[in-house]
Amino acid sequence: MSEKKKLRVATTSLAGCFGCHMSFLDIDERLIPLLELVEFDRSPLTDIKHCGPCDIGLIEGGICNGENVHVLREFRKNCKILIAIGSCAITGGLPAQRNHLDLGDCLTEVYLTEAGLAHGHIPNDPELPLPLDKVHPLHEVVKIDYFIPGCPPSGDAIWKFLTDLIAGKTPELGHGLIEYD
Amino acid sequence: MISDVDFHAAYLDSILDRYGHAATNLLQILREAQEHHSYIHPDAIDYLIAKLQVPRAKIEGVASFYSFLHLKPHGEYRVLFSDNITDRMLGSVELMQKMCQQLWIEPGKMSEDKLVSIGTTACTGMCDQGPAMLVNGRTITRLTHQRVQEIGQLIRNRTPLENWPADFFRVEDNIRRKGLLLGNTLAPGDALCAALVLGAQNIAEALKTSGLRGRGGAGYSTGLKWEACRNAPGAAKHVICNADEGEPGTFKDRVLLTSHADLVFEGMTLCALAVGAQHGYIYLRGEYQYLLKPLQAALQRRRDAKLLGKNILGHAGFDFDIVIHLGAGAYICGEETALIESMEGKRGVPRNRPPFPVTHGYLQQPTALNNVETFCQAALAIHMGAENYRAIGTPKSTGSKLISVSGDCPRPGIYEYPFGVTVREVLQDCGAVNTRAVQVSGPSGLCIAESEFNRRLGFEDIPTAGALMVFDDSRDMFEVARNFVHFFAHDSCGFCTPCRVGTSMLKQTMDKIAEGHGTKYDLSEMENLDRVLQTSSHCGLGRTACNPVLHTLKRFRPAYESRLKSLDFVPAFDLDGALARARQMTGRDDAGAHIKAEET
Ligand SMILES: Cc1cc2nc3c(=O)[nH]c(=O)nc-3n(C[C@H](O)[C@H](O)[C@H](O)COP(=O)(O)O)c2cc1C
Ligand code: SF4
Ligand code: SF4
Repeated sequence: MSEKKKLRVATTSLAGCFGCHMSFLDIDERLIPLLELVEFDRSPLTDIKHCGPCDIGLIEGGICNGENVHVLREFRKNCKILIAIGSCAITGGLPAQRNHLDLGDCLTEVYLTEAGLAHGHIPNDPELPLPLDKVHPLHEVVKIDYFIPGCPPSGDAIWKFLTDLIAGKTPELGHGLIEYD
Repeated sequence: MISDVDFHAAYLDSILDRYGHAATNLLQILREAQEHHSYIHPDAIDYLIAKLQVPRAKIEGVASFYSFLHLKPHGEYRVLFSDNITDRMLGSVELMQKMCQQLWIEPGKMSEDKLVSIGTTACTGMCDQGPAMLVNGRTITRLTHQRVQEIGQLIRNRTPLENWPADFFRVEDNIRRKGLLLGNTLAPGDALCAALVLGAQNIAEALKTSGLRGRGGAGYSTGLKWEACRNAPGAAKHVICNADEGEPGTFKDRVLLTSHADLVFEGMTLCALAVGAQHGYIYLRGEYQYLLKPLQAALQRRRDAKLLGKNILGHAGFDFDIVIHLGAGAYICGEETALIESMEGKRGVPRNRPPFPVTHGYLQQPTALNNVETFCQAALAIHMGAENYRAIGTPKSTGSKLISVSGDCPRPGIYEYPFGVTVREVLQDCGAVNTRAVQVSGPSGLCIAESEFNRRLGFEDIPTAGALMVFDDSRDMFEVARNFVHFFAHDSCGFCTPCRVGTSMLKQTMDKIAEGHGTKYDLSEMENLDRVLQTSSHCGLGRTACNPVLHTLKRFRPAYESRLKSLDFVPAFDLDGALARARQMTGRDDAGAHIKAEET
């Protein structure tokens, strides 16, 4: 009897705080049965650097710089189902608070005007990703299949969502698991 | 030399005196303060904080809510082009561009010499004689290239508004078809005498028998409303006439207030008698400020004729008078509870209902609030008798209805019909040909295509607050819907998230499609959004804001699809462009400083 093929899951944090990943870990001992059903591709849990073909991609955080765009595109290309998890991914969240400021003013304030920065300059090393003028939610850059709201969504919500999906059902969170903060 | 503070105190003191130093009159106080100084000066706010004993946040919160109140200077002349789709169809966009060029300014910005600013505003209720504009709050109709040029000159020469040609400000009634209301021959007091014969306690009952339903849109039984207000406990009661007429394409209340003001007041006084109210108010939309003086004169005439004031028509204890509140450019203030909030000097945010205004209205006291036309119809119904009234129209929509017709037809204006008239009959009467679509009851109403023109106006089929905009086969229904979506995004009061965010997202998506970046995905996202708006908005604005897109998608889908890219997905913004600012700040232009479009 052949073992049922495990689903491949990739996760990443873009302009987020890793809080959504921490919440994912809050499924606690249920990680063990989960690992019976899935295996992880690129993820902070595995340290794999690039995403290969996957069934499910989970992304926390919005899009604040050029690199975020590349990573998001890599996920979209490789994941059959792409899920935005948490307020930052869905709306831009906390990082988007900078959207009403001019990016130039921000950079000037931080690197040039702020006291204590002798000979400060705005970093321009080609290694560094350039910030976008505004922080955007994921669905403005690629197509997103599902959204799990919350800041962060609870471990229970993430568990319910993933297990529904793995079971081939339309995921549904319902009362108590949906959070709007 | 007097100091700045003294300067502001001088005019504010007289305004405050007139409004009894009451913070509930804040909106009226701010409006008048602005008339003295073209914008609300920070020193004026400081003075009001001290005198009214209200926090700064409250005053600035109110001032920033209403489009016609300003916390910053905007020029000696503030020009606002009416931006309804009917104005656009008559060329308003081009006229505005011309005027900006002529005066060397950008839309929305004040000229450097602080002389003038030019912008747009929601429908000014002049759709039958557009394109229209407001200059410092005064309505100017029938704009042409020549007229706009002349206005530019007058502004350059700093000619005071009073000295502009009177013809600019002429507003026609354009009554095209009269019925029992517009053709009435009642003299002031006739309906009141009939009501006094009937007896105050029997008026609401008679209206129930007449079948009269509200003309402001929702169509609630007027008799039931007045009965509930009569029965509500409370010594002080109020009658409010909703003359906010903000639904784009509607202008029938304007005509009633211009040529049948006495009948409106008569209806309100009759309502006061029926419910036992002492205080009456007209909430007049800011755009109709030019009607303020004539209405005040008409009120005075009625006082002189003992039709208002103490012991009306000699009946001891029948005391009632009417004051006029001016709005300040907020469509949401047409919603009855937002209107009441606004009258109380607050931001126009709709209340939770229940409790309804009939028990907890103005100042939490029982309030009968009706549309302008409803008051007229009530007076007519009482005068002619309930049974005679209910014989007109259809069983569930009795009486007549004023329809404001505008758009692609040679005879725009006001048409009165018994309820039950078909859309086709209206189109024939106004001379419309090659009609592609009709928008009934404004952006929040229903958009119908030719196959539905035999449908009837009335609560049984197509309910209407009175607007009927005609679009012929040269019109692009996508652009019509986009104009309406912009309207809702601008006029959402911002109180609840589904509507505040949802209307803006709808607007962004419609703009994305208009720019040629739309995909099938965007269409289905809009349908999802519409469902959210419909099911989770706090008030009627949000619930109906999705109608323009839903209705036109259903009937004119090709207008959308012809604009779509064949791709599944296109980003919502220009990715590489979003890095331009950072490239400029860092001086980088290497490959990593760009984002390429994805090959598909
Ligand atoms: C967003 C919104 C705007 C409205 N605007 C108006 C208006 O401009 N004039 C009006 O009479 N009713 C308007 N209404 C309806 C009023 O809330 C209220 O139902 C009506 O004035 C009651 O009077 P009636 O019973 O005589 O129709 C609006 C409702 C909503 C939800
Ligand atoms: S949604 Fe909240 S928890 Fe998740 S990344 Fe953003 S800030 Fe952190
Ligand atoms: S639905 Fe819109 S207009 Fe109504 S309360 Fe909510 S935000 Fe305000």
